[in-house]
Amino acid sequence: MSGNREQPRLELSDVTIRFGGICALNDISLEVLPKQVVGIIGPNGAGKTTTFNVITGAYRPSQGEVRLDGKAVTAKPSHLIARAGISRTFQNIRLFGEMTVWEHLLVAQPHNEFPLRRLLPTRWANPQALRRAQEVLEFLKLEDVKDRAARSLPYGLQRRVEMARAVTARPKLLLLDEPVAGMNHDEADEIRHLMLKLRDSGLSILLIEHDMTFVMHLCDYLYVLDFGVMIAHGRPDEIRTNPTVLDAYLGHAT
Amino acid sequence: MMSTYYAGLLADVGILLLGALSVYIILATGQLSLGNAGFMGIGAYLTSYLTVTTGIPLTLALVIAAAASGATGVVVGFPALRLKGIYLAMATLGFGEMVRSFFLNFDAMGGAGGFHGMRHVSVAYIWTWAAAILLLVALLERSQVWLEMRAVRDDETAAGLVGLNTTTIKVGSFGFAAAVAAIAGGLFAHHHVYIEPGNFSFERSIDFVLAVILGGSTVGAGALVGALLLVMLPEYLRFLAEWRFAIFGALLIAMLLVRRQGILDRSLFGVFRFRRSA
Repeated sequence: MSGNREQPRLELSDVTIRFGGICALNDISLEVLPKQVVGIIGPNGAGKTTTFNVITGAYRPSQGEVRLDGKAVTAKPSHLIARAGISRTFQNIRLFGEMTVWEHLLVAQPHNEFPLRRLLPTRWANPQALRRAQEVLEFLKLEDVKDRAARSLPYGLQRRVEMARAVTARPKLLLLDEPVAGMNHDEADEIRHLMLKLRDSGLSILLIEHDMTFVMHLCDYLYVLDFGVMIAHGRPDEIRTNPTVLDAYLGHAT
Repeated sequence: MMSTYYAGLLADVGILLLGALSVYIILATGQLSLGNAGFMGIGAYLTSYLTVTTGIPLTLALVIAAAASGATGVVVGFPALRLKGIYLAMATLGFGEMVRSFFLNFDAMGGAGGFHGMRHVSVAYIWTWAAAILLLVALLERSQVWLEMRAVRDDETAAGLVGLNTTTIKVGSFGFAAAVAAIAGGLFAHHHVYIEPGNFSFERSIDFVLAVILGGSTVGAGALVGALLLVMLPEYLRFLAEWRFAIFGALLIAMLLVRRQGILDRSLFGVFRFRRSA
């Protein structure tokens, strides 16, 4: 810790990205502190998922930097970014073919151990992988569907499997792209509780979400994007009454 | 004592099994190779050269050839990263033909006239290798690395974002597969005691792929079933004389229509597997 200001877990500074003539993100800066849940909101096409893609290295920004715990990770290969401690879920769920829930958890293990172990049958050679998978399975309440093919599960459970896969590697920062899209109120509430538990266990969370009640109840801080421009940021109660935001976004939504 | 006829067939099954496994290993990462006969050719020529001219034991020659071919596989694997689906299939086909025509023009090893002087090996020796590698693949299938290969096949982007190095996985599978194919080649050369470039043509590569598709492309044991069928079925259809390959083709089409995943698949295996405790 240097000074009295806490080192941000994630920091984006002046990130700009252009696709041809279009400026998808214009000079975006944001930060996520340790144990914080931060939301990015904004209308469709505002650049929210693009921001995620910049953070996970899929897009190289035209300018600006992405830092995790103060170290630049801008446009690194995605597996190195993942190993550095950033995990994500996707807006359109992306699970692995016919793999079971259990296999999803085995494949997403942390990458800090002797690789030879990974070549041997997991059941004999890698007890800590089994332990970690079991832990995550219980944490996300997926024990009952452990041996089911993940893609055959109902939508809400598939989202939970994706979250489980993302947290297995013990990331420092979790990016969730619309984690409760298409869920009913009870399911969304359950996800909210899980996220608070994850936060309390030391994780920082950055999420994109359209469900305003969900965002307002959960997030410590919000950033509002519109057409690739950051039009406001602040605590949920500040955002709720911000006239620019109401005009650009909530104005049509409520 | 086994008759020479059956011994010959059995040896063919063992060699085809190894070739099919080499296709299966690459296929597990979602890549289709139509050039594995090229790796087999490298193994055949290199082991033959080593045993005939330097006189080292075959087992050592096989290990050396597997390493050399594996390194070639890694080299081939890198450009393959940029290609997918049918384009990758065409590129590997090109590689296979390249190897074949190399040996066709390589007069030091007999060129078009072929190469001989190897000492014949027994069926038991061939099957020791085949069984050992089948076992190795079966163990690997239960490892995390195999799950990682399947993850790369299913969704490369998502695989990268759970920390998997998709490049290493894809290139590594090419290397391992090339090593296995080279062993198939070395055994082939020392079973037939004569090799020529035509032995490692496109049709050979297709046989490997066929065995995998027929036997089942989601489990290693599928390659065994496929190799058995591919060698034995034309023999059992011998009473049909010249028609047997037509009938064989029809059976293949029928099977693809009825059971696309091949004879064995993962769920069939699941029935026999013990339920995991915790």
